[in-house]
Amino acid sequence: MWRDAQQEFASALLDPTRPVPAGVASSEHRFAVYRNNVTVGLRDALADTFPVVREIVGEEFFDGMAQVFVRRSPPRTPVLIDYGCGFPDFIETFDPAAGLPYLADVARLEWAWTRAYHAADAPPVGIGTLAAFPPEQAADARLVLPPSLRTLVSAWPVVSIWQAHQSEGTGTAIAERGEAALIFRPGLDVEVRGVDESTCAFLTALSDGLTLGEIAGQFQDGYDFDLARHIGAVFELGAVVDIQISEGGHR
Amino acid sequence: MGAGGPPHAHLTRVREAYPLSLHGVGLSIGGAGPLDTAHLDRLRALVDRYQPASVSEHLAWSTHQGSYFNDLLALPLNRETLASVIRHVDRTQTHLGRRILIENPSTYVTFEASDIPETAFLAELSARTGCGLLLDVNNVHVSCINRGDDPVRYIDAFPLAAVEEIHLAGHATDTDETGCPLLIDTHDRPASEAVLALYAHALDLLGPRPTLIEWDGDVPAWDVLEAEVRRAEAILNPAEIRHVA
Repeated sequence: MWRDAQQEFASALLDPTRPVPAGVASSEHRFAVYRNNVTVGLRDALADTFPVVREIVGEEFFDGMAQVFVRRSPPRTPVLIDYGCGFPDFIETFDPAAGLPYLADVARLEWAWTRAYHAADAPPVGIGTLAAFPPEQAADARLVLPPSLRTLVSAWPVVSIWQAHQSEGTGTAIAERGEAALIFRPGLDVEVRGVDESTCAFLTALSDGLTLGEIAGQFQDGYDFDLARHIGAVFELGAVVDIQISEGGHR
Repeated sequence: MGAGGPPHAHLTRVREAYPLSLHGVGLSIGGAGPLDTAHLDRLRALVDRYQPASVSEHLAWSTHQGSYFNDLLALPLNRETLASVIRHVDRTQTHLGRRILIENPSTYVTFEASDIPETAFLAELSARTGCGLLLDVNNVHVSCINRGDDPVRYIDAFPLAAVEEIHLAGHATDTDETGCPLLIDTHDRPASEAVLALYAHALDLLGPRPTLIEWDGDVPAWDVLEAEVRRAEAILNPAEIRHVA
């Protein structure tokens, strides 16, 4: 039965210790073409999604690390732009990479970049849209963020590391402190920016669907929080794509 | 198959100027299991959005029990697999609401369970499902040399009336552990002279067909690609003139 033969073929593809599947009338060397195609093809897909990780560890290390991941966690979808979600967590547990504790967060940033690149288009709206609401409604407004937007809070200078790998020969010193990243795509180009902790908290509150009134209440007791500045800043960034009023429905 | 972003923006602009040929590698038509409905839905959305001139897939499999191998893998050719490939092509054409083309694959192994020649398999598949065929001339050369068959005889036996599109590509040359030639379909260099000669032979028999050069590994500078187009046109254009005459 083809079903059984296919099972054996599939298992042998990702496990080089298995023999050439029974029923395959060809040599080890010929079957190895498929083994190689599968491993190299999936490894290259990861290399496309995680170019900075690859640059940091070098080609040889990356290929070895990716091969272990590919054999352990082959894609569960034929859409390869969706492959690699588990790679950052894998890097965190991959012993040979333990000397680079920031590497997993660099991978998380790159994963967010790829998500943003392929996310649904959503053109930003200007702050005038908010100003058009009567002031008494503004507290009930929800600022809708684009589907491309992700934030990443890291104990490492993840934005500076990523940026240092975007252009040739920038020798800027990287401070040893944590950074938070904002990743989103206002037009066709993905933007990666370092943001402060309170901006990150504000964006998280917006993505949780809180109204501006709720956010004002929540942050009032905390650290020094300037709501008007944050509202201005997210519009300025182009990170608001719609405004919804909780009672009156959708505008 | 992403939701938005530059790939769709670029493809939309290309579509405004040219007809599209959507060429799939992920449906796993040759697999024993059922087709992936989510993937069929994604393909349907893409077809609806871009209205391509042609939609094609391969006589191969790439997914097994949910794991995707990102390669076009060989299957045995016999009555059992013919029945399942026919079901899969029927289902795809019904789901998409249109005909598709099926391409002959490049293969590196053969199966003891195969007892139908690939040309006869594709002929019956096309006759039973109404699907068209995509003749990849480089795959013909690669697979025939790897099996020890004659590529010209393969073309002569091919159900040419169903061919609606042709592919050309380059391949790498290796040998197996017994010193026999092992060709690998790499899409990373110009088509070999042998492949172009086979292309000319195919066009003599079937007349001109839309031809695509597959060069997606080590993509070269534009002028190199353009030169490769000229090589193909030097064969395709005279075939068109002969055809009109």
